[in-house]
Amino acid sequence: MNESLKNTALFLLVAVLIVITGVSQSWNAALLILNMGLVSAIMAIGVNLQWGFAGLFNVGVMGFVALGGLAVVLVSTDPVSEGWSAGGWQILLGLVLGAATITAAVLAYGRLPKGRTRALAVLAILVVGFFVYRAVFDPGVEAVEAINPAGAGNIGGLGLPVLLAWPAGGLLAAGAAWLIGKTALGLRSDYLAIATMGIAEIIIAVMKNEDWLARGVKNVVGLPRPLPYEIDLQNDAGFVASAANLGLDPVTASTLYVKLGYSLLFLVVLLMLLWMAQMALKSPWGRMMRAIRDNEIAAEAMGKDVTRRHLQVFVLGSAICGMAGAMMTTLDGQLTPGTYQPLRFTFLIWVMVIVGGSGNNFGAILGAMLIWFLWVQVEPIGLWLMQVITAGLPDGSALKAHLIDSAAHMRLLTMGVLLLVVLRFSPRGLIPEK
Amino acid sequence: MDFLNAIVALANFVIIPAVAYGSQLALGALGVTLIYGILRFSNFAHGDTMAFGTMVTILVTWWLQAQGITLGPLPTALLALPFGILGCMALLLLTDKLVYRFYREQKAKPMILVIVSTGVMFIMNGLVRLIIGPDDQRFADGERFIITAREFKQMTGLQEGLALKTTQGITVVTAVVVVALLFWFLNRTRTGKSMRAYSDNEDLALLSGINPERVVTYTWLIVAALATVAGTLYGLDKSYKPFVYFQLLLPIFASAIVGGLGSPIGAIAGGFVIAFSEVTITYAWKKVLGYLMPDSLAPDGLVQLLSTDYKFAVSFVILLIVLLFRPTGLFGGKSA
Repeated sequence: MNESLKNTALFLLVAVLIVITGVSQSWNAALLILNMGLVSAIMAIGVNLQWGFAGLFNVGVMGFVALGGLAVVLVSTDPVSEGWSAGGWQILLGLVLGAATITAAVLAYGRLPKGRTRALAVLAILVVGFFVYRAVFDPGVEAVEAINPAGAGNIGGLGLPVLLAWPAGGLLAAGAAWLIGKTALGLRSDYLAIATMGIAEIIIAVMKNEDWLARGVKNVVGLPRPLPYEIDLQNDAGFVASAANLGLDPVTASTLYVKLGYSLLFLVVLLMLLWMAQMALKSPWGRMMRAIRDNEIAAEAMGKDVTRRHLQVFVLGSAICGMAGAMMTTLDGQLTPGTYQPLRFTFLIWVMVIVGGSGNNFGAILGAMLIWFLWVQVEPIGLWLMQVITAGLPDGSALKAHLIDSAAHMRLLTMGVLLLVVLRFSPRGLIPEK
Repeated sequence: MDFLNAIVALANFVIIPAVAYGSQLALGALGVTLIYGILRFSNFAHGDTMAFGTMVTILVTWWLQAQGITLGPLPTALLALPFGILGCMALLLLTDKLVYRFYREQKAKPMILVIVSTGVMFIMNGLVRLIIGPDDQRFADGERFIITAREFKQMTGLQEGLALKTTQGITVVTAVVVVALLFWFLNRTRTGKSMRAYSDNEDLALLSGINPERVVTYTWLIVAALATVAGTLYGLDKSYKPFVYFQLLLPIFASAIVGGLGSPIGAIAGGFVIAFSEVTITYAWKKVLGYLMPDSLAPDGLVQLLSTDYKFAVSFVILLIVLLFRPTGLFGGKSA
């Protein structure tokens, strides 16, 4: 069987799986899977850029995705003017002072001659700077969080259209990636892994605890969306009439309309990114990245600045993850920092890239759609399996109840087995790199 | 008197918890460092290995408790610990046989092994959740305190109480015993020496007739024991929740790297460095300073440098500092 035929068949398989979901469960469920699959595909393109092109092991995907979500709140919600007048500017000033402290320390470290004076000077700058920062920052935070904590208690956003939040999410993630890459790249490869894992945990901790920013675990709900609300569509006589023409009741039609709208938006972004990633892969830049990946020493001997290139691709990949995170939060309509779990947002994306085929953008997309489908559907399948296994046990037995209760955890097990099986028997994935 | 009170408060809120936490981290980091030294990859499944070993211990503890067998004032879990270790050993040997051996024979790149270990992590995580569920489990029993704060106050007449939990005492004693055993094994026995030789220079070790598979098997056995002990002690001291063990991965890795990956002494030192920094930076110093400073200077706020929610940030920042200034760690582990 020729290669493009096989690849088309694989994509068709995913499409058929989603259609089966639509027919057997509901079209809403199918579109939900499709939408999250598309978002996952974008994340997978980002991870594939880092791992497949450049061999960087980034386990901080969750952090960048969460930053994208934060961007949605910061860009699209309306500013809380009381918050700003109470202490918003003071918080900003505090943050600027904190950043200035670190910059001053770095500068002092670079400029002063080596020795005890330098160590003491850097330490003094950091200690004094920290207390000044806290003295300015803390009262500001207190003042902002005191304002209407049940409904706001934060500084709000810029009140811009939500679609602008998508690139903004990418920018925010890129900034964080630049900081982390600057420190951890150029060291051993698994140090980058551990550093990114740490930064992801810290980003989540900040989002959970800094209530002035995006309300922390109190969540931000009712984010603006780029598409009309279902209820407005149902009240729109024209829409109801055209739904009736298609033989749909207005409620279903409106939910499908909105979900399809998201699918289209996501598809446009995905295709754009795919085109860019493909062009990058074919360009001299892509060849250089792969050369560096395959043999860093040889590439360095050829005059390639390995650390700089790594930083570049790390920032690009993370920006894509951030953008996907912003899209996901827009789709959800809410930001809930408590739901970001590394297994779901970091390691699952890795499974997608590796199963799909690292180094191949089409592979990453296929892997994302397929794995997301499995991730959603393994739960009902697991439940069914458990019911079959336990069918012989008497009703009300503790073991039976336990097994059926824990069917939900089957998905982690399945993903692990899938990852190991693919790594062992088809390490290049479903659509291997050319 | 105020000075004594300050010292007692410091011991009660900083030193004792940090020593206990440091011992737990050190045991965890020893496992990571051994795998790194012998098998040459960072094992992301280590947190979940700890969770698995602890889970077996908990299940056996419950069974023992149901049979009416207890250790009196000591937690029953100590009695169940050997079974937990055996269970964990079986699991690790099985994963090695089914998963890791293939890549060892292929001489796969360390990065591939790291990714493989994340697959193993998924499976172990799933297994633990499937068997015991994702919720908090309590399995500590026996006497809760060696000294309660009230007894200490009556004994010494000081204003500040000093409480020493049984679990904290057990943690430290067990950690000392386990570490002593480990070092005896590594330095005095033939197998231990061959392990160190293999870790130092694989080719030379192979040339001198050391059987690599045997070294690897022993490594997994020791790692299983260390992981289960660390996990059980942590679970006794705090509480058992599978997800928390996954999160422990970061401080454990930080400890191992700060000490120098591949260096057992470094792992122990790193564990205590991380634990003490986490506790001192997230502790509210108001009380201690209140005793030490004259009344006029006593602090108004809590004098807490960082809220406890950011304790991960502390281990992370220390990790970054060490990576930037001394990439081989305090005790000069492997860097390449």
